[in-house]
Amino acid sequence: MKYIVAKMVAVIAVCLVPAFSAVGQSFKPVLLYDIGGKFDKSFNEAAFRGAERFNKDTGISFRDFEPNSETQYEQALKRFARRKADIIVAVGVGYSVAVRNVAKRYPDIKFTVIDAVIDLPNVQSITFKENEGSFLVGMIAGMSTKTGKLGFIGGMDIPLIDRFKVGYKQGVAFVRDDVSFIENYVGTTPAAWNDPIKAAEMARSQYARGVDIIFSAAGPSGLGVINAAKDSNALAIGVDSNQNHVQSGYVLTSMLKRVDLAVEQAMNSAKDGTWAPGHRVMGLPEGGVDYALDEHNAPLISEAMKARLEDARAKIIAGEIIVDDVEGGNSGH
Amino acid sequence: MSGGPTKLPGILESVLIPFLNILVALFVSGLVVLALGEDPFFALGLLIEGAFGYQEAIGYTFYYATNFIFTGLAVSVAFHAGHFNIGGEGQAMLGGLGLTLAVFWLGDTAPVLSVIVAIFGAALFGAGWAFIPAWLQAYRGSHVVITTIMFNFIASALLAYLLVGPLQRPGGQMPESSDFPEGVGLMQFHELMEAVGINFEQSPLNLSFLIALIAAASVWFMLARTRFGYEMRVTGQNSDAARFAGVSVPRVTVIALMMSGALAGMMGLNELLGEQLRLIGNFTLGYGFVGIAVAFMGRNHPLGIVLAAILFGILYQGGAELAFEMPNITRDLIVVIQGLVILFAGGMPYLFRRPVAALYSRFALKGER
Repeated sequence: MKYIVAKMVAVIAVCLVPAFSAVGQSFKPVLLYDIGGKFDKSFNEAAFRGAERFNKDTGISFRDFEPNSETQYEQALKRFARRKADIIVAVGVGYSVAVRNVAKRYPDIKFTVIDAVIDLPNVQSITFKENEGSFLVGMIAGMSTKTGKLGFIGGMDIPLIDRFKVGYKQGVAFVRDDVSFIENYVGTTPAAWNDPIKAAEMARSQYARGVDIIFSAAGPSGLGVINAAKDSNALAIGVDSNQNHVQSGYVLTSMLKRVDLAVEQAMNSAKDGTWAPGHRVMGLPEGGVDYALDEHNAPLISEAMKARLEDARAKIIAGEIIVDDVEGGNSGH
Repeated sequence: MSGGPTKLPGILESVLIPFLNILVALFVSGLVVLALGEDPFFALGLLIEGAFGYQEAIGYTFYYATNFIFTGLAVSVAFHAGHFNIGGEGQAMLGGLGLTLAVFWLGDTAPVLSVIVAIFGAALFGAGWAFIPAWLQAYRGSHVVITTIMFNFIASALLAYLLVGPLQRPGGQMPESSDFPEGVGLMQFHELMEAVGINFEQSPLNLSFLIALIAAASVWFMLARTRFGYEMRVTGQNSDAARFAGVSVPRVTVIALMMSGALAGMMGLNELLGEQLRLIGNFTLGYGFVGIAVAFMGRNHPLGIVLAAILFGILYQGGAELAFEMPNITRDLIVVIQGLVILFAGGMPYLFRRPVAALYSRFALKGER
């Protein structure tokens, strides 16, 4: 008993030493995921992979946190800002107001926010031209469809996701003009990112109505769409991460949004001292978006298709093709 | 020894036995932590450090406790009248809506007035949301447990509709309203302390903690010292006897549930008017449900509820810090610890009563010899 009491006293004493000082590491990067969780095989997992690469290259470990509700965004940011993190990378549009509030309160902490634009001297905002990547996967869908009916399933009904849809439709129209679309959104609140069951139901209904390819821009909910594609013996298009492997042979391609690249670069630049605030846009020229090609979908993408895609890519980069954008797609506060 | 309950001194009954319950809950949680390969004492130390280790942590602990006081009181008021109000969640959402509407209505012209109106707006909307299930229960016999649960879903759908529609922040993508006008909000605790010359770290603890304590005192006064409180308790114990004694049971039911709804609705004061300063779609976060556990741990007595709410505040804040510090301990394990505390202190409150009573009677007898 005496031993236990002594141990408790010792433990409480140890706890009073600030937590970070125990770790003998000077650079402290932090990664905050959006709702949906670290291993969502999509958006958040891409961010995790970027931080993992940073960890592998530099040997510096990072802290991360998965919020499970909107109100935790701000608390998580504050918690790490208070502990003097060297850079806090917050991924997800939901962080916009929270980052604005916390960055104002902690002006000496660096923040990088992905998918939102915050105009503050200590915030770096990174957004992607999802419409350009979606244009390419739209072309693939247009060249592959047999029924002439294509589907789109968005996560949360917001301008950011509209941007995927606009690019997708334009890409389809670029290769053929007799295609009809069926569109659904999973929901209107952040819970929509994390509802694969509902997304799968929507996908089944679209397949039953003659759609043969669905592009899902719905984060983790998209996994439901991919599973529904397998059940219905049809095709799905993945999003954010390369999801071709999730159901090999049933995923036509994936619209890559290189959140991993953005996270890795943000952490690296903060470490080198080259980190700079402001707004960075990652589109096709910057390698921020792309379509996924690997052994899982190689049989589905022919050489002729690839040639047309590369041609279109060059034209977008050269500015010969302008992919439409959506008003309000970048939320700024 | 006879099996019947021996009368115990109040200190044993209300301090020692709950303390033993919590101790056992912590012991079992410690075993779980041990099974995960972490040091349970270190974890406990982190939890306590996270809840009380520095001023900001203390602020957060009492900030969470404020939510639980409101929702716990809400559940207990309904319970004294013999009803289970499971709709605290929905009533809190509507309370938040009432508050927000009041703020946007008056905030630009009269900030101070708007805060006062917002407090009443929160209570009014919460009470209003409870009125429909209450009326259905009192006059149509629809069970209030079912209707209040269902009203939670309606409330959350309504809030989501408003926050992606008319109330959405211009240019925003998330379900949240615009920021409240400048200067509208409850005073933060650190500002309050600064006014009297004490330096306290910034934390979300705000004036609504005091409002919650006043609410607790008022509930105690209402229950124990007013005629209506007596009618309510009689109705709760035996509604037939109450009716026989001339109490209008439907009236008591409706008023009690509306009071309950008003208390739940006031949770928004703390979350929205105290900290977030905007209406967020999902701000209630299940506090309405935790209120049930708080009410039962507090034995439905306002003072007990305040203490239970603080305990839950400790578990929430300390638990979150623990999850931050020990990667092996996930959020889910914190929920396990909270569940164990509810189980031992709320669900099996008399587990140690008999052994304590036996010890006490032996001790007391020795004293007499």
